[in-house]
Amino acid sequence: MSIIESDLLGQPSAWRLQAIPVVSTMIGSGVALLPFITTAPVLPPLGLLIALGWRLLRPELWAAWVALPLGLADDLITGTTPGTAMMLWTITFLGIDLIDARPMWRDHWLDWWIATAAILFCALGQWAIGFFVSGGGAFGTMIPPTLLAILGFPPIARLCAKLDRWRLAK
Amino acid sequence: MAPPRHRDRGFSRRIQYGLFFGYVAAAMGVVAGIALVLIARFDPAAFEGIKGLALDMTTPVTKVTRPIVRGGGSLADDIGGYFGAVSENKRLHVELADAQRALIQARVLAFENVRLKRTLKLVGDQSVPIVAARIVGSNLTGTRRFVTLAAGSADGVASGQPVRAADGLVGRITEVGTHAARVVLVSDGGSAVPLRVVRTGEAALGEGRGDGAMEIHSTVVGGPGFRRGDLLVTSGVGGVYPPDLPVAVVTGTSGEIATAQPLAEPAKLDFAIVLSQAPAPPPVAPPQGRHH
Repeated sequence: MSIIESDLLGQPSAWRLQAIPVVSTMIGSGVALLPFITTAPVLPPLGLLIALGWRLLRPELWAAWVALPLGLADDLITGTTPGTAMMLWTITFLGIDLIDARPMWRDHWLDWWIATAAILFCALGQWAIGFFVSGGGAFGTMIPPTLLAILGFPPIARLCAKLDRWRLAK
Repeated sequence: MAPPRHRDRGFSRRIQYGLFFGYVAAAMGVVAGIALVLIARFDPAAFEGIKGLALDMTTPVTKVTRPIVRGGGSLADDIGGYFGAVSENKRLHVELADAQRALIQARVLAFENVRLKRTLKLVGDQSVPIVAARIVGSNLTGTRRFVTLAAGSADGVASGQPVRAADGLVGRITEVGTHAARVVLVSDGGSAVPLRVVRTGEAALGEGRGDGAMEIHSTVVGGPGFRRGDLLVTSGVGGVYPPDLPVAVVTGTSGEIATAQPLAEPAKLDFAIVLSQAPAPPPVAPPQGRHH
C-alpha cells in the first residue's frame, strides 16, 4: 500500500523511509538514559514497545533479522547483558512472523494481545538471563514496569502511526 | 481500506530467497545472542572495550540533562522546607547539642584507637581514594541495578574497585569506559558484601534484593542474631571492600535473615569516591603432594 502510494504521488527519500522507524526505536531505548537515579526499575522497555508498534503496524517494513541490531543497540544503551534484547527481540519478531503467516482476522485488539505476549516473554526472558548471569534480581520489581508496558502499548502504537504518516508525507 | 496484513510472497524467486536468507540470518543471530549471554556468564570481563565505548557515548546525554532534574527535585524540597521550619529548627538545636557531645567522645575514642593500633603494630585499611566523581544516571529499566559515574579509565578507575559516598558503601565498579564507569550497587541482585554487625561483632553476608534493600544472612550458627537498627559495616573479608565502611541499617528481621536499608542512597548522592582495590592476599601455596 505504502509502496503504491509513494510510487504514484512521488516517493519520499529511501533514507527517510528506513531511518525514521530505526531512529525512533533507538530513541525509545535511549529514554533509559534520562538522568533520574533510582534503585528500582521505573520505566517500561520503551525501545521494545516502539519496535513492536512498528512491526505490527507495517509487517512489510522489517525482516525478522532487523531485531538483531536494534536489540544489540538496546542492550548497549541500557547496559543490559549484551545479547539479551538481541536474542529476545529476534525470537519475538520470528514469532510474530509465524502469526502473520496464518490467515486470520486481525484487528487492534489482537495486535494488543500479541504485543502483551511479546512484552511478557521479553520481561521473563530478561529476568531469567539476569538471574543466569548475575545469580540474583527480584522479579517483583519487574511487575510494575511490565504492567505499565502492556497498558502503554496502545498509545505507543498510535505514536508509531503518527510517525508513519509523517514518514510517508512528501 | 486496511493495509494488507500479510507479506506478499508472490512467485518471485528473488523475494522468496530474500525472505529465506532473512530467516537464516535471524536464527544465526539468536544463536549469537545466546553465545553472548553465555560469555557474559562465564567471562564477565569480556567485551569490556565495546561496553565501555557504548558507556562513553551515552553518558554525555545523561550528564548534560542531570543538573536540570536535580534543580527541579531540590526546588520541591526547598518549598517544602518553609513549612514546619520553626519546629525543625528546635529539633535540630537539640540534635546538634547531642551530636557535639558524641563528637567529643568520638575524638577520644579515635585517639585511643590510634594508640592501640600502634601498640599492636596493626596495619590495614590501605585503600586510598582514587577519584571523587559525580553520579550522573542509573538504569531505569531491567532487573539489574547500576548507576553511572562520570569518571573512567582516564581518571584511574578500573573494574572491581569499591565505591563509597560520605554516608557509606555504594557498590563496586563493573564496566569502565574512558570517561564513564558503571557501578553495581550493593542492592543489586548480583552483589554480595561480607559484613560485620557493629553491636555484636558477628560476621554476616549482605546480598542485594534488586529493589533497593539488602538481605542479611548470618554466617555464624546460633549467633546473637540481628536486631532492628543494627549498624552493618564491611568486614574486609575477601579483600574486595576495605574494612569498617558503613553499609546498611537493619530494618526488619525474620529468624536468621534480616532486611537492611543501605545507608548511601544513590538518588541523593552528589559525589561518590572510588577507592583503590584492597590488596589481594598472597596466593595460597599449592598442596604438598608426591610428584611422579
